[in-house]
Amino acid sequence: MSSVKAETIVEPFIIENESKAIFRVNRRVFVDEEIRQREIRHIFDTCWIYIGHESELPNPGDFLTRKVGGRELIFVRSKDNVVRSFFNTCPHRGAMVCREKHGNDKMFMCMYHAWSFDLAGKLISRPEGERYHADNSGGLHDLAPVANLDSYRGLYFVNFDPNAVDLNTYLAGAKEYIDLTIDQSEFGMEIVGGVQEYGFEANWKLLVENSCDGYHGGPTHATYFDYLMARPGQLSDPGTKVNLPRDLGNGHAVIEYGGPWGRPVAKPVDAWGEQGKVDCAELLAKLEARFDKEYAHRIAYHNFNMSIFPNLVINNIMAITFRTFYPEAANKQHVRAWALAPKEESEIMRERRLYNFLEFLGPGGLATPDDCEALKMCQKGYQNAAFAGWNDISKGMGENQQRNTDEEQMRVFWREWDRRMSGAAL
Amino acid sequence: MSEQAISSSLSIGRTELEDFLYEEAALLDKWQLVQWLTLFVEGAKYWVPPAGSADDVDPATTLFYIADDYFRLTERVKRLGKKTAHVEFPKSKLRHLVTNVRILGGNDDLFEATSNFVTYRSKSGATETYLGHHLYDLCVLDGEIKILKKTSIIDTDNINEQGKVSIII
Ligand code: FES
Ligand SMILES: [Fe+2]
Repeated sequence: MSSVKAETIVEPFIIENESKAIFRVNRRVFVDEEIRQREIRHIFDTCWIYIGHESELPNPGDFLTRKVGGRELIFVRSKDNVVRSFFNTCPHRGAMVCREKHGNDKMFMCMYHAWSFDLAGKLISRPEGERYHADNSGGLHDLAPVANLDSYRGLYFVNFDPNAVDLNTYLAGAKEYIDLTIDQSEFGMEIVGGVQEYGFEANWKLLVENSCDGYHGGPTHATYFDYLMARPGQLSDPGTKVNLPRDLGNGHAVIEYGGPWGRPVAKPVDAWGEQGKVDCAELLAKLEARFDKEYAHRIAYHNFNMSIFPNLVINNIMAITFRTFYPEAANKQHVRAWALAPKEESEIMRERRLYNFLEFLGPGGLATPDDCEALKMCQKGYQNAAFAGWNDISKGMGENQQRNTDEEQMRVFWREWDRRMSGAAL
Repeated sequence: MSEQAISSSLSIGRTELEDFLYEEAALLDKWQLVQWLTLFVEGAKYWVPPAGSADDVDPATTLFYIADDYFRLTERVKRLGKKTAHVEFPKSKLRHLVTNVRILGGNDDLFEATSNFVTYRSKSGATETYLGHHLYDLCVLDGEIKILKKTSIIDTDNINEQGKVSIII
């Protein structure tokens, strides 16, 4: 092999040997810019990518702009109440048409030569329009819509591939856990208080692994557990013995388990006082009235961390967070995180929820910054990839029963990633 | 509020406040967080809202980075003293610059003040910059200035470059 060849994509990306209980991931997949380019074509341009929640566009005319799957998009509820998504680029000479993060308006006007568009993307007017003679009936001069936009239980996804399978098929077993999240509320869920945006120097796939990694909790988050112990009163009984990693199909995976923290729906912790117990009992009774007991208790007591391939994580833990991330470079990702809550939630429960959220999650939480540090350290370690080239993701292989602290849920992701990188569509 | 009105109800002036804020910055630079915590009254709050927020932002309706009550602030300080606070081990090098100090009004029981800040955090070959302004609710207790609430607003569009608020900015 020539030395030039050594610098191009090295395969295999993954080595799996079931009988020898070996699963290895080539560290080049975290550092190689060529591999990132291939990910954009084979994954981000063909998979369903989360764009936003319906509660972010409550009224006709509401819009927001967001970089999703590496593309600058407009996400808008048009006057006819239809939610649409367009590439945020002018059909004239390409300027970004909408420059605000969010708002409510009747139309979009491009700053460069003042072409204006209605909220359904149609060209309304342009200065000296009489000088144009081309036929616009095919949408030549309208905003370009994304190939597919669809929603499931209020979660909107885009897909840039006209030949993609429908969203319902794509989500497969992940729908069960989206249901568990959305069914908390009788009246619908909403995004609370905006978005946390941050970036850090680690490949995006490391955050997929980390988001459903039951193995790292003790060592990485020791100080978070110290904090929980320091709170007045006892920790909360887990309420379930479930400890279950599951393959949800199409690269989606979940770990489901009990935890020692309070859950705003509907599991109290001593730190919330007597009133917390009363409030949670009330919420649980409402759930039991709407669903069978088993499902109601699952909503109330079960935590889960789910990764929906490729880059949406839903953690339903001491609070609910949606998290998406995108590789700005092989070694740099941009993260967006939201908090989700029932619309009808009482003021005090909302307060407990946000308190819970911030004690663990986000750039100022007592846990997330240590996750980011761990992933940054991995990324730095991969500078040695040429000489120490492989990650080990084999924990639990050869065991009859998989646990959350094993790594099967990550292997689910990696198998799908590998399959798609070799050019296979769903 | 005029100088007159301030001095009639408030027993300290800007110079005393500047001394206090410089002392606070020095403690933070030196990672003397246990001592820093003694500048706060019990029951005090410490807030860091999302970058670019307006001054009246409220953690009940907005997702902050940090919205600590006194208990959690105490725990945050304990955490940052541990080796297992991985993001700050080994400790980053810090330098807190404080300027544009203004007393906005009030009396010894409660007065408001603001300052601008630039905080540098340096670790593993990279230096991150936080810039913004602090809003303080303060009081004078037995002749000493104490903090009732401190809000640090980061005046950049986002924290994509810093990625976290793992220090006291
Ligand atoms: S580029 Fe938009 S009007 Fe010319
Ligand atoms: Fe973690």
